[in-house]
Amino acid sequence: MTDTKNWKVIGDSYHNAKSADQQIDEMLSRDSQINPHWHGFMQALDTLGLTEMESRHKEIQRLLRENGVTYVVHGEQQGHRPWELDPIPLIISNTDWDVISTGLTQRAKLLNLILEDLYGERRLIKEGLIPPEVVYAHAGFLRACVGLIPAGFPFLLNYAADLARGSDGRMWVLGDRTQAPSGAGYVLENRTALARALPNLFGEVGVHRLSFFFRSLQNSVLDLPLQYEFGQLGQRESASRMTSHQKDNPHVVVLTPGPLNETYFEHAYIANYLGYTLVQGDDLTVWDGRVWLKSLGGLRPVDIILRRVDDIFCDPLELRQDSRLGVAGLLEVIRQGNVMVVNPPGSGVLENPSLMPFLPNIAKHLIGEELRLPSVATWWCGEPKQRDYVLANLNQLVIKPIYRQPGGHPLFGSELSRTELDTLRAQINAEPHLYVGQEYIHFSTTPSLVEGKLEPRRTILRTFLFAEKDGYAVMPGGLTRCEGETGGLTVSIQGGGVSKDTWILAPEPEPHISLWQQRTERIQTAAPSEGLSSRAAENLFWVGRYAERAEGQARLLRIMLDKAKMGKMGLEISHLGQVAPSTRFTETFGEEAREVSELTYLRSMLRSLTGLTSSHPSFVNKGEQSLESELLSIMLDTENSGSLVSTLQALVSAAYAVRDRWSTDTWRVMNNIENLCTTLENSVPKDSNTNAQLLTDLVLQEAELASLDQLMIFLSALSGLNAESMTQTIGWMSLDMGRRIERALLLIVLCRSSLVAVQDEWIEDLLLESVLAAAESLITYRSRYRAALHFPTVLELLLLDEDNPRSLLYQLKRLQEQIRVLPREKLGYRLSEEEQLILQALTQLQLSDTIDLAERSEHTTQRNGLEKLLVRLAQILVDMSDVLTHTYFSHSQPSVVSN
Amino acid sequence: MNYKIIHKTEYSYTYPVNLCYNEARLTPRHHVYQQCNDNQFVVQPEPKDCRERRDFFGNTVYYFTIQQPHNQLTVTATSRVEVKGRELQRNFTEARHHDDSDRVTSEAEHLSWEEAHQQLHTDSKPEILEMRQYVLNSPMIPAMPELHAYAEKSFTTGRPLLEAVEDLSTRLYTDFTYDPGFTTVATPLDDVIKHRRGVCQDFAHLGIGCLRALGFAARYVSGYMETEPPPDQEPLSGADASHAWFSVYLPQLGWVDFDPTNNQMPTDQHITVAWGRDYADVTPLKGVVFGSGTHELFVSVDCKRETEA
Repeated sequence: MTDTKNWKVIGDSYHNAKSADQQIDEMLSRDSQINPHWHGFMQALDTLGLTEMESRHKEIQRLLRENGVTYVVHGEQQGHRPWELDPIPLIISNTDWDVISTGLTQRAKLLNLILEDLYGERRLIKEGLIPPEVVYAHAGFLRACVGLIPAGFPFLLNYAADLARGSDGRMWVLGDRTQAPSGAGYVLENRTALARALPNLFGEVGVHRLSFFFRSLQNSVLDLPLQYEFGQLGQRESASRMTSHQKDNPHVVVLTPGPLNETYFEHAYIANYLGYTLVQGDDLTVWDGRVWLKSLGGLRPVDIILRRVDDIFCDPLELRQDSRLGVAGLLEVIRQGNVMVVNPPGSGVLENPSLMPFLPNIAKHLIGEELRLPSVATWWCGEPKQRDYVLANLNQLVIKPIYRQPGGHPLFGSELSRTELDTLRAQINAEPHLYVGQEYIHFSTTPSLVEGKLEPRRTILRTFLFAEKDGYAVMPGGLTRCEGETGGLTVSIQGGGVSKDTWILAPEPEPHISLWQQRTERIQTAAPSEGLSSRAAENLFWVGRYAERAEGQARLLRIMLDKAKMGKMGLEISHLGQVAPSTRFTETFGEEAREVSELTYLRSMLRSLTGLTSSHPSFVNKGEQSLESELLSIMLDTENSGSLVSTLQALVSAAYAVRDRWSTDTWRVMNNIENLCTTLENSVPKDSNTNAQLLTDLVLQEAELASLDQLMIFLSALSGLNAESMTQTIGWMSLDMGRRIERALLLIVLCRSSLVAVQDEWIEDLLLESVLAAAESLITYRSRYRAALHFPTVLELLLLDEDNPRSLLYQLKRLQEQIRVLPREKLGYRLSEEEQLILQALTQLQLSDTIDLAERSEHTTQRNGLEKLLVRLAQILVDMSDVLTHTYFSHSQPSVVSN
Repeated sequence: MNYKIIHKTEYSYTYPVNLCYNEARLTPRHHVYQQCNDNQFVVQPEPKDCRERRDFFGNTVYYFTIQQPHNQLTVTATSRVEVKGRELQRNFTEARHHDDSDRVTSEAEHLSWEEAHQQLHTDSKPEILEMRQYVLNSPMIPAMPELHAYAEKSFTTGRPLLEAVEDLSTRLYTDFTYDPGFTTVATPLDDVIKHRRGVCQDFAHLGIGCLRALGFAARYVSGYMETEPPPDQEPLSGADASHAWFSVYLPQLGWVDFDPTNNQMPTDQHITVAWGRDYADVTPLKGVVFGSGTHELFVSVDCKRETEA
């Protein structure tokens, strides 16, 4: 061993930071020596230095934030919370891990047998090994699921256990997660972030890689149909109706409750990582005894569902009737053997601490073995003696209901007041079988980096297992969580804890494994429309529309704010630049006329803004006095559904709903947009009494323009990534159609509000210039025509120029191309509704003549021809959006449950 | 006694329904005193996918889906059932578990409620352990202090359990008003207690709740009851309805039925369809419907005596 002096120093100061009740530590032995399996890491840490580690820590947090790793927090501080990762891992030695993983495998096998029994013959109850109330009073025991899975088929495929090291140095099981365990995705993200911030450490220390586990998980999932068939032999008459193609090439989906779920990020991440389709309940339907994905191309059979929806929400027909998260008829399809759900509904009955006291006996009875990993000492109050013990020691125990209600927390007797203890005692006495008392473990601490120093934090480890052909694969790692501040009794992410990577030391370095190298014999090829649910397509469509809308709004707002900043009424004509009609105008008509004209110009532009933000009546009726505050409202008011901030929020939430579709870079851009959106929101003073002028002073500063500039850059980046980095499959088409429709509609609004009314020539010039700028076509115009602004020519460029990617015709042509290749049933020679609409729009537009359109109509101050054309086109586009939604996006209708 | 029962349920929708999933529990059970000889389902429109299975409680469930647009759904279940007369004190719907000698039976019938309670909670025979699930709360019958207080009065010291339950059933009949307009299938039990009125479903739930409050195993029975037409009149077609009552578990004897709505113990005029913890376990017809409108429901039951062929 080389020079160990320095890192021993770090170890000593860490030792001094420990308090008296923190007896057992992961890094330090009982005699305060650094455990051998920490030596490699501590040496590396010493070389790096704590200061450098602190800056890497910041780097990690930045990476996680930019990758959009979040955890949705419910309750008081709602919202997406960035994921916190401590750079110091929990390190477990190879030999220690052997003991743990053998114990976990044994426990998983045992729990699987228990599940099989509880949903089969229930001999464990009849033979007195489990008191009836432990199962029958547990809301996770679902009577509809009895007999759902044929005997002999693995029930518990996906299993997670929470472990903590007790003062005796052994790992104890604190709880079992048996229905839809979460956390594996965060483990991957933690590892990725840490590996990027500390690239050399892994090699030096020799850490087990995680990819083996996920590769084996993928293989096990693919093997499920084969296993199932095997399990069914002799069990049931009706054989699975799966074809051999389905068995070889099953369609796997990840069923998520949706973006509001606390671990939605992970659902998207796992789906993306494993290459499965992310779906919500509404995306699936039961038809002819099978489960189908509603995709743009029609219904596509689903063979395997990895669910993240809780048991009771899986099927509104047989389970919770008010569930909107599941699939009606799902249980019956499972019974028929036509779909596999991992884990099958009903498995939540094992998330039940009242089982713990009985496990040692059950283990002896079912597998003839002693439990290798002890469960935390648990007393079930359904037995009088145990209840008496719990009641007598209430102030020292942890009290839990046997069934964990959403949002329910364990109670720590030591934290409760006398009255609270009395209430709890009364609750237990009223329904004793619904409660357990558990020993409060002083579990081990692990060093954490806190303000540049190592401090001890108590840690809990969640481990993950997945069923293989002959047993279980244990993930060599896990999700370690540590308390946020010392002294707290709970260690949970929901409660504000911090996560850690978990390193299992490998005896020798392992090769890097990519998930791509798997199963060459079973390459899945999917048609472009496959795998994309209609809901995902619809969200992509709206991402396109909102992104385009935000861009249009921001661009126009920028023009307006620029003007508003200048001068009292916010208009400085000379600023308008090259065209510069102002001098000529002022010379001819004098200052007074100039002011009147400014107003006319301003009104037109404000009308455009109103149209773009659909925030009627605002500028259409109101006087110009409220200009600044109205501008601010249109930009920043979250209450105003058409405001820029609201559009951005809608954009982010539509993008979040298809989280699995975005590349890391795209998601970073999206995150920047979200952050900017938050900044903009927060720039509005909360006090609503602030008068408009003050508000204006506060907000109309360079900062606002700067953030609009920034926003334009982000939105352009998004549009660039969309155009260049997305495969041009049906998903991209949905997004692009959204963009085209929105861009066309915005252009129409702009033209209608600024160009239809006939104005004085020089005002018209001003308007033409602003419209060109807002339509991002000013440069093109200048370079192409070089001349002064000419109404018909401008119309030509904005409406009919096929080469201008901002023109109306360009949008319509692109739309027509997309619509042509949308999947649809052939209707002979008849055109589909959307094909007819786009043809109408194109014909209308192409048959018009810009010279005619520019003409003022007789006896009016309007260009009626232009107005009529624009109104027609807008109507067609709105209809088109509806038709697309109806035909391709919403296969489902609201459901009604009746008795 | 032989019966032919036609149970017809009709849903009319304001807008066409494209897709629906349903579960029907409309097939009479077999038990010691009852034999279901025939059971036919006619569903219109014709279901594309349908199947029969047994649920957790052994009831027959008929699952069907309709995958075509329809404005109306009609489910007609026609059953032929033979009901054997039960002796008043011995109408156990399951075979007795043990010694069938009269001496044991008679002793068991006179078992005090304290003794019965003790056996139910300490006996480790498999069948008794299984019955303890019927002591627990169920979705529609939560624990309520009022139930305990109400039930207690029937359970005087040393009283035989059967006698106590009979008294409880009679008190429910007397204290509560049968009022079909007052409750729906979804009315919570505490409303029924507060207003002292309800229908057979509520009477059954009350009886079960009272028994469970005292630690006894009780379950819900759904079925039909023959209604006798006034003398000199032909029975009206479709005038009957589904019925419900409760059953209590006696160690050594099994389940004994009580009908608090009619203050009687079912004999040969009650036809058992299904049993479970409460109504939610045995809902005759339930479904998930995909459509946007509202619906109207029409149910008719026709329960006629048949002469043996």
